[in-house]
Amino acid sequence: MKYLKQFGIIIVISFMGELLRELLPFSVPGSIYGLVLMLLALFTGVLKVSQVKDTSGFLLDIMPVLFIPSTVGLMDYFGVLSDIILPVLLVCILGTILVMGVTGRVTQHIIISMDKQKGREINE
Amino acid sequence: MNDFIVTLSETMFFGVAISLICYGIGTFVNRKVKFPLANPLLIAAILLIVILKIMDIEYETYLSEAKYISYLLTPATVCLAVPLYEKLQLLKDNLKAVLLGIFTGIVISAISIWGVCVVFSLDESVFATMLPKSTTTAIGMAVSEEMGGVVNITVAMIAITGISGNVLADWVLRLFRVTEPVARGIAIGTSSHVMGTSKALEMGETEGAMSGLAVAVAGLITVLIAPLLVGLY
Repeated sequence: MKYLKQFGIIIVISFMGELLRELLPFSVPGSIYGLVLMLLALFTGVLKVSQVKDTSGFLLDIMPVLFIPSTVGLMDYFGVLSDIILPVLLVCILGTILVMGVTGRVTQHIIISMDKQKGREINE
Repeated sequence: MNDFIVTLSETMFFGVAISLICYGIGTFVNRKVKFPLANPLLIAAILLIVILKIMDIEYETYLSEAKYISYLLTPATVCLAVPLYEKLQLLKDNLKAVLLGIFTGIVISAISIWGVCVVFSLDESVFATMLPKSTTTAIGMAVSEEMGGVVNITVAMIAITGISGNVLADWVLRLFRVTEPVARGIAIGTSSHVMGTSKALEMGETEGAMSGLAVAVAGLITVLIAPLLVGLY
């Protein structure tokens, strides 16, 4: 029953997220509204982590599998993409490497320099 | 033989079963071969495409069964809130770095797309099509449509970006010597949305939580600044 109850809670929040997407005029997907709702529920204490922990752990664990159907869907796009395949691959592969690398470096740099600053304040 | 394949492909569980078997093969190969391209998701997708082509099964037929796998994607994304909540203090401590990092990532992404579009002299609609490729599918589709892009191609590019991030994350972060877990998570989520995040979750709780956060924040910022960027192009 534990898993069913937890799954029930997660599905109800997903449903509320989808509902918000229908009601609000922004181009935000239901899953993101749901994420924010779940965060709020945990933050305000409406939900305890232990009430969703096991099932959410399972869903996060199997997440890569959930992308299989949409990735296989690329088989229908080979034709459409063939005209602009070079720029598309450049943007998608090289672009991703660049964005990931630079974002990581910048974030890491700020974290380290802020930690040093804090360290100095404590020492003084 | 053909009748047999048709019957087989029309049973309710064929699509799900074959997806899980291919993913199982993918994880097995991944464990045996220590090479970044031996990624379970990539191996599973390539195997499935080959199998569907050989058996002459339409993607639509496969999807009509495999969609029950994708059905869990929204609840799983909602669950990203759980590790994020557990790492909330870590987020507060690093808020400035996190926000600046995500913003930098979006700017770099826009500049690289702009560069490619100029070099290949592609028009504004292609720029709008490519712009949301680092966001999660639902956000990307909406942005592309609103900006006059080709939604189909945006969806394909989001998938290619996601799989690239998932496959290359370990290698890229090592190449750029990013070792701090918060920075690793932010880098993955900003560059390759939820597909990358599924990889970040395997690296660690902090990486997964921060990657999930970056997907949401980067997605929302992209929605807000897309009109400005397309206007500039």
